[in-house]
Amino acid sequence: MVLAMLAYAIRRTVAIVPVMAVVSVLVFALLHLTPGDPAAIIAGDQATPADIARIRAALGLDQPLLAQFLSWLSRIVTGDLGVSIASNVAVTALIAQRIEPTLSLMIVTILMAVVIAVPLGVIAASCANSWIDRTIMGGAVLGFSVPVFVVGYGLAYVFALELQWLPVQGYSPLANGFWPWLRQLILPSAALSTFYAALIARMTRSAMIEVLQQDYIRADRAKGMSETTILFVRGLKNAAPPIVTVIGAGIGLLIGGAVVSESVFAIPGLGRLTIDSILRRDYPVIQGVVLLFSVSFVLINLAIDILYAAFDPRIRYR
Amino acid sequence: MTGAAGTAALFATHGFSAPAIAQGAAARTLKFVPQADLANFDPIWGTQYVVRNAAALVWDTLYGVDDNLVPQRQMVENETTSADGRVWTFKLRSSLKFHDGEPVRARDVVASIARWSARDAIGRVIKSIQDELVVIDDLSFQWKLQRPFPRMLFALGKNNSPCCFIMPERIATTDPFKQITEHIGSGPMRFKRDEWTPGARAVFERFDGYVPRQEKASWMAGGKVMSMDRVEWLIMPDPATASAALLNGEIDWWETPIPDLVPLLKKNSNIVVDVADPLGNIGSFRMNHLHPPFNDVRVRRAVMMAMKQDDYMRAVVGTDELWRPVNSYFTPGTPLYSEEGAEILKAPRDIEGAKRLIAEAGFAGHPVTCLIGQDYQPLKAMGEVTFDLLTKLGLKVDAVNTAAAQVIARRVNKTPPPEGGWNMFHTFHAGGECINPATNSAVRANGENAWFGWPSAPEVEKEVAAWFDAKDLEEEKAVVHRLNKAAFDHVVYAPTGFFLSYQAWRKNIAGIAKGPLPVFWGVSKTV
Repeated sequence: MVLAMLAYAIRRTVAIVPVMAVVSVLVFALLHLTPGDPAAIIAGDQATPADIARIRAALGLDQPLLAQFLSWLSRIVTGDLGVSIASNVAVTALIAQRIEPTLSLMIVTILMAVVIAVPLGVIAASCANSWIDRTIMGGAVLGFSVPVFVVGYGLAYVFALELQWLPVQGYSPLANGFWPWLRQLILPSAALSTFYAALIARMTRSAMIEVLQQDYIRADRAKGMSETTILFVRGLKNAAPPIVTVIGAGIGLLIGGAVVSESVFAIPGLGRLTIDSILRRDYPVIQGVVLLFSVSFVLINLAIDILYAAFDPRIRYR
Repeated sequence: MTGAAGTAALFATHGFSAPAIAQGAAARTLKFVPQADLANFDPIWGTQYVVRNAAALVWDTLYGVDDNLVPQRQMVENETTSADGRVWTFKLRSSLKFHDGEPVRARDVVASIARWSARDAIGRVIKSIQDELVVIDDLSFQWKLQRPFPRMLFALGKNNSPCCFIMPERIATTDPFKQITEHIGSGPMRFKRDEWTPGARAVFERFDGYVPRQEKASWMAGGKVMSMDRVEWLIMPDPATASAALLNGEIDWWETPIPDLVPLLKKNSNIVVDVADPLGNIGSFRMNHLHPPFNDVRVRRAVMMAMKQDDYMRAVVGTDELWRPVNSYFTPGTPLYSEEGAEILKAPRDIEGAKRLIAEAGFAGHPVTCLIGQDYQPLKAMGEVTFDLLTKLGLKVDAVNTAAAQVIARRVNKTPPPEGGWNMFHTFHAGGECINPATNSAVRANGENAWFGWPSAPEVEKEVAAWFDAKDLEEEKAVVHRLNKAAFDHVVYAPTGFFLSYQAWRKNIAGIAKGPLPVFWGVSKTV
């Protein structure tokens, strides 16, 4: 079993390589075929066309596309993602600066969403079709429908401007202390988790309703097992695979949501780095960040596949 | 205690109130939200205003233009000119030091001037008449020219980008088309490269080795005395976040609050809102002189006859208190402002006359490719007004609604519009640029070498050359009168109005000045 899982994990990890190759070609082609000229942006308003051409040449952007692609490819296989056109800082250094805020935001968001949504989904399932169920699902629909930035502004208005409990913006590294770190993340994570929590709550409810109708649950009840144990131990464990799938798939959505949340709350994360780089056509940074996101996404999916076995031993890997 | 009050009290006991030492540090740290991200930090390579503004903290200049637009000595102790006006000799102040402890020497200055003059419009003019630029000794250098250049001190002290910032020789010898990698200056603040997060934060710390001049500070001139130990630039792409952060006391000063949020800020008793730069901005649209229909001056005149600056300015800034008409190619309120030749703009709008003129030129119903930057409010607003105007004139408008970055990229293209070129785009220029023909590159009409749109008008260029040689202000004024008329006759471009913008800061901040760039010297803070 363990060996089979290990072989499966290795096969899936190796499969990342062709996926990354396709992603790199697509990203490179899309970026370079899209109109926009970083040299013109850098040169500023006073620059003459000759200035812009010289900057373009100095950046190597006057080379044929294939030459630029091959040069970039030869660097990334050695782990060198290049240097930002705009800031002249190594892309790996820029990513290193930005990865902690984004990871922190995502972890707190996931925790917040799971802690809120799973119990609510279980409660909704246990009281299916009651007013409690409808209230919870109504809330989920609302969480699904309201954009992250609207929730963000609303939370900032109430908790930062009116009550003055929490800051409006910024990020404090974990190294500066746990509370300052958490304090900066509460509002952005809360804003980002509404959509995510709604998704998980709905999935938990439907998975639990199916499980609660199974014979073994009826047997548990007949044996006198407490309702809490039935719901949160027996039921939830068996309902877990689809919930874990949604949590995993949601991480992909979180990357998109992080862009909005990081902008609204001025968090210096990877989402903002991506947007800023796109706006100024900073090709090496965009390419580096998209590659990172792609690898992360594939690895998360792999981790979820492996987690299935922990929840359901009937699942076998081939 | 109620729930909310109780929770607030709990937070207050867990680090929300700063201890006395932290308050002292807070009083010496200024948190500033700039107009844009400091994405690169080489004021010669990247000429964006935000780079210039940050550079003014780190690098000093030989001269500095004050609030009377007069260049004053800054790093220079004194200067002399030869009787024929062709040889300039400069002597530096002896107390100047770079942030790495090295003294500022004449060879640093010569290398810095060489790099600057490769990229700056006036610098190129001087370079074109330069015989030699040489070091005399550690503190003196000499510039020998082929003919007199009366605008020398202005050129070295002007505050429009790129400014002639002085860097150590080893940095200044970097190719002007490549970005520098070291940020060592001799200005009042050091750049903390280790704390720089492009897109998020830039930090400056006071340079104790800086010896300010004794004169009162005025824009880029005078004593740059820093009260702050540390200035933090926090990048906030979302204006609503910046506004909330200012209201909440998380930042001290916001350089460019958007007009929509100004009423909210004005209502708060802890916030001061005031005009940022009395020289303001001048909106404009540029027509491409290379391709039909705007290669015909009659069509350019027709558009100017039909336009009304009120429409543009109300769309851009809304409130009437922030704009006024500008019947000139130069900044209102500055010495060279002239309305000579502007009758076409001052006359009542004449749509029918304009249509007749377009028909006479044979361009009725001609397509016009108009680039409109959608993600930059002033450009979008002006673009929409122009779309309506051109449609009224019977032209067939192809509005290319795109990102401002793509407008910047496409406007370089000289090919006809169907092949990727363009007929018209919108922009605005800082009023500080349009104070004279040297810094106002938009008014130049030197064909292929002119700014985008490539107007060609020898009458305009003749006056620009005459201005460079003008001996005093009266002569400058006379030249600019003629230049303004020639530019209107030729319709080099169409000014859409003069508008101001606000800046906002917390009431506990003192010493914030109005000017073409945010100056941090003289700014203090109480906690």
